[in-house]
Formats: sequence, C-alpha cells, structure tokens
Amino acid sequence: MSATVADRRIRVATERKHSLHRQRLWALWGSYIALSVFVVMFLVPPFYTLMTSLKSSAEISAQVGSPWLVHHPTLENFWYLITYPNFQRYYLNSAIVTVLTVAVSMVISVLAAFGLSRMGFWGSQTLSTGVFLTYLIPPSLLFIPLFQIIGKLGLINNFWCLVILYPTLAVPFCTWIMIGYFSSIPRELDEAALIDGAGYLQMLWKIFIPVAMPGIIAATIFAFTVAWGAFLYPLAYLYTSNQMVLTVGIISDLIRGDVFQWGKIMAACLLASLPPIIIYAFLMDYYVAGLTAGATKG
Amino acid sequence: MAEVSVRKVVKEYDGGVQAVKGIDLDIADHEFVVLVGPSGCGKSTTLRMIAGLEEITAGEIWIDGDVVNDVPPRDRDIAMVFQNYALYPHMSVFDNMAFGLKLRKFPKDEIKRRVADAARILDIVPLLDRKPRALSGGQRQRVAMGRAIVRNPKVFLFDEPLSNLDAKLRVQMRTEIKKVHQTIPTTTVYVTHDQIEAMTLADRVVVMNGGVIEQVGTPNDLYHHPATRFVAGFIGSPAMNFLPCRIQDGSNGGLAVRVSDSIIVPVPPARANRYGAFKGKDMVLGLRPEHLFEYHEMAKPGWTRIDLPVDVVEPMGMETMVHFFVEGAPVCARVDPTTHAAPGEVLPLTADLNQMHLMEPDTGRVV
Repeated sequence: MSATVADRRIRVATERKHSLHRQRLWALWGSYIALSVFVVMFLVPPFYTLMTSLKSSAEISAQVGSPWLVHHPTLENFWYLITYPNFQRYYLNSAIVTVLTVAVSMVISVLAAFGLSRMGFWGSQTLSTGVFLTYLIPPSLLFIPLFQIIGKLGLINNFWCLVILYPTLAVPFCTWIMIGYFSSIPRELDEAALIDGAGYLQMLWKIFIPVAMPGIIAATIFAFTVAWGAFLYPLAYLYTSNQMVLTVGIISDLIRGDVFQWGKIMAACLLASLPPIIIYAFLMDYYVAGLTAGATKG
Repeated sequence: MAEVSVRKVVKEYDGGVQAVKGIDLDIADHEFVVLVGPSGCGKSTTLRMIAGLEEITAGEIWIDGDVVNDVPPRDRDIAMVFQNYALYPHMSVFDNMAFGLKLRKFPKDEIKRRVADAARILDIVPLLDRKPRALSGGQRQRVAMGRAIVRNPKVFLFDEPLSNLDAKLRVQMRTEIKKVHQTIPTTTVYVTHDQIEAMTLADRVVVMNGGVIEQVGTPNDLYHHPATRFVAGFIGSPAMNFLPCRIQDGSNGGLAVRVSDSIIVPVPPARANRYGAFKGKDMVLGLRPEHLFEYHEMAKPGWTRIDLPVDVVEPMGMETMVHFFVEGAPVCARVDPTTHAAPGEVLPLTADLNQMHLMEPDTGRVV
C-alpha cells in the first residue's frame, strides 16, 4: 500500500520535472530563433560593408558573381583613406569635438545630477523631470533656432560650434542616467560623509564619483556615441572640408555628383566605426550596469 | 566627551506632521542613553537632530555647553554609526576608518596610530586591507564603529546599529558595544526599537511614544516602576498582562481587585493606602508573566491562587510560557518547565500581587 503511494509520488515528481524540462526547452528554442533573426538583421549590413570595402572599384562595377563574396581582396580603399589628408582632418576634427563634448557633457551632467538628486532644494523634483523632457525634443526641431545662436556667436562653418551644440543633445540623457545612479546610492553614505567632515564638493569627488563610476562610464559612452555619430548638426553648420567631421566629410568627399565611390565609402565607414567598437567592447559591462542601476535596489 | 541637552525640541515636517513634540532630555558626560520606542515614535528623528542631519523646527540642542542648532554636522564633533553601516564601498577598511581624519588634515602617522588602536580594540586588524563587500555583517558593523572611534568625538550616536544582524550576532555585538563603552566612555546616544538592547546597554533608557518622552530612567526603574501603561507594556518580554478590573472592598477590611466574577484577589496591605482613592472605579491591573507562576502550597504574603484554563503552552527549555484568556484578555504566565500544563486543562497558578501595577484606563497613568 505505502509502496504504491510512494511510487505515485515519484511518478508525479518525475512528470513535473519532465514538464519543466520541456518548458525550458521551448523557451530556449524561442530565444535562439529570436536571437538568430536579430543577429542576421544587425550583422548583415556590417558584413556587406566589410566585403565591399575589400573590393576594388573594378570588381564592384563589374557586377559578376555574388555581391556577398570578394574574389580579389584588396586594402587599396583603406590605404587611400589613411593617406588622404582630408580624411585625416575629418578624423582629427571628430576626435577633438568628441573628446571635448564628452568632457563638457560629463562635468555638467555629474554636477547637475548630484545637485538634483542629493541637495534636495525647492523644485529639484520638477527640474529633474524637466531635464528629461528636454531630451524628448527632436534635434531636427532645434537646429533652426540653434543656427541663429551659432550665427550670432560667429561659429558657422567652425567645428567648435559642435562642442557647444552636442552637449545640448548629450547632457539631458547623461544627467538622467546619473540622477538614477546617484539616487541608488544609500542616503546614509552622504550623511556618514557629512559627519566625517566632508563638504558637498568633497562628498561628490571622494564618494559619489568613485561609487557611481559604472553610471559615469555609461553616460560617457552615451555622450561619446552622440558626438561621434551626429550627422544633422555638422551637415547644417559646416560646409568646408577643413572644418568637417567624419560623418559629413565621408559623404561630401566620396560622393561626387552621382558618382558613389562605394569601396572607399564602405572602408571609411568601417574606419569611422573603430573607436565606438573598441570603446563598447571594453566598457560594455559598465554600460549595461550603469543603464540598469536604480531599477532595483542593492 | 561632553554633555548633551535637548530642550523643548520640536520637529515638524512639511504638511504639519509633528514627529517630535517638544521633548526635554539631559544626557550627562560619559553616559550611555538609549532612546527606545516603536516605529514612528520620533527616536531616530531626535538622534538625527542631535547629529545635525535634520533641522530643528523649534527648541535648542546643546552639546558641550554650546547651542548647536545651526552648526553643521561636521563641526559638531560627533560620530554616528548607521543601521546599514554606511561604509564607503570603494575604500578599504583602513581608508573608511581614516576618511574623517584625512578630511581634518591629521598627520599620516597620527592617522595610522589611531586606526591601528581602534582596529585592535575592535579586533579587526586583519581586515584593514579588505573592501566592505568582502566583510560579513558583524565585521562591517565593527568597521562602522571603528570609523566612529578613531575620531575620538565628543558624542557617539548609534542609529539602530544591530537591526541588520541575525539574532546570535546581535547578542554578541551588543556585548562588544558595551565593552567599547567601558573602554572608551564617550557620551553615547543609542536608538533602538528592541527593548532588550535598551535594557542591557543603557545607563538610562528613554522610552518614546508618539513624539513625546513617556519615561526616562534606569533599566530597573522602568521595569519595576513604569510610569505609564505604554512603558509597562513596552518594557519586558513577554509583555506585561493587562486586565480590566474594579477596586472594591475586600475581606478583613482591606481592598480587593475584581477581575471577573470568579477572580477577585486581595490587594496587599502595603498597597491599600495608595489604591484606596480608586475604590469603586474601573482600572487596569498589570502583572508581569513572571509574577504569575505555578501554584505553591507554601504561599507568601501577597500571593493568591488563581485557576485558569490553558489555551497554549510554549516550552522554552529553562521556562515554559502558558497562555490563557481571562474575560477576553490574553494572559501569559511564566511557569517552571516541570509543571504539567495542557491545552484545555485548568492550571492552578500563583499571582504575586506584591508586584502588581494599577493603571487608569483613560490616561494610562500607573497609580
């Protein structure tokens, strides 16, 4: 009698285990299929870019065989760009604008986020929401009024104008990330620092910035991505080669009338993608940690 | 080391909610005072006002002879230990302890010496190079205490420092805190909701409720001579039994307490004078569980037999708690573990009325 009951219990437990196993198997299959679709969607364009960049102009225009394969790989497109003074200038301009944008944006964002999340002054909550709302205004609506401001400053066709303009895109979101991160730091930490003898700036410098480093890195990557990849503002404000940055320099230099130098364009795209790829590869873990901070406590 | 005075201090939050309603408290130099009370009674707010972390709505706080109402926390020369330790996660234990001294520009040798001394007292010397995340809860709490000790402040403030620890560690750390205070007798204000912590640590206990101080006294004072029903019920575990009753004439010209038709017990002659004025009035009888125990044939003066039907029996090893209901009110007795008690059976008990308390039902005042 008792043996039968025990057998039934074992059978029920085994069935439950198998059913859980089956559910997990389905979930895994679903994940693999969804991920495969995404991988194809996102990796096919870079793959095609790489293949085209390794082809000579003759192979591209010949249109023989599969366009997905290279028959006679060459680095001539890359070599051309590396030795092309204009391309070097675009790269340098992009680097200067990006480094300065990141620096300016981070200084403003960290100070703003610290003030808004920790100093608890009248209206700080409303201001925090306001900061985020400004991020929702599309840049394409802003560039006309900004054109007037930049014009009055005498910075039209001067890449320094981008150092003023890009932070308007980066600061709201970076501040928002940092507010979230700072808010996840227990309030007792500031109180302990206050009692230990720290002023607000010391508290920020010695406690908040080191503790919030993942958030700061996430915000830095965001500011970097905005500054490195922005297209609309440089297209609107810069028109001579010596002032251009990579995004507009590539298309203005490598597309002449209706002639598209596809091999060089693709090679330029790959070279331009290198800094973001390197930065993301090294700091991805921090980026994810920084963006999700504040979602849960602990 | 210093005296601390809290004078008519009020804390009112936006929206008119008063967390602290004009309290007065004088803490002597070297004294260990524990603020105890239920959640929301204003004990933590009071501590934070002493620390300077909360602004004071009205009143004055004095530390070492100076009013510190407008003095920022860093200039009050206090140190605080928080419930969740509040250690700086990116710093080593040494740096955590040295942080306050570095900010105050102490010479490096002096910092090293002070941290080493504190680490030795707290037995955390091997942990000095570790980061807080590599420490257990108890070790973190020691580091937090170390951070307070190195500063050699005028006043130590503890805000429920043991609440995050498990029961066993809490008992151990309680002893450590007491030992530290014996070694370094700095004036200490300690907040807890745990009345056992309050009783074991304090020179004086301050019981707070609803933003006011119910009673200030030594642990024994509060236990044996509570001023209000709240204090009587809050101090002591299990809590004091409260039974609605009426004072009436007893036999031999004395007084009696009538709890129910079947429970009428004589008031000890020593209390008769004090309780005489309440004859005929509805009152509340308070009797601690240890003053309600197994029946003894050899009764002492003031002992009375009561028979009660057992509801629940809780054997605890060295004693057994037996629960009853009297006229709908829960009653707990602390009996010898060898006493036979089973649910549903009637258990003969002795009530030691020499230890009884009588309270006014409307004001809660112990008479």
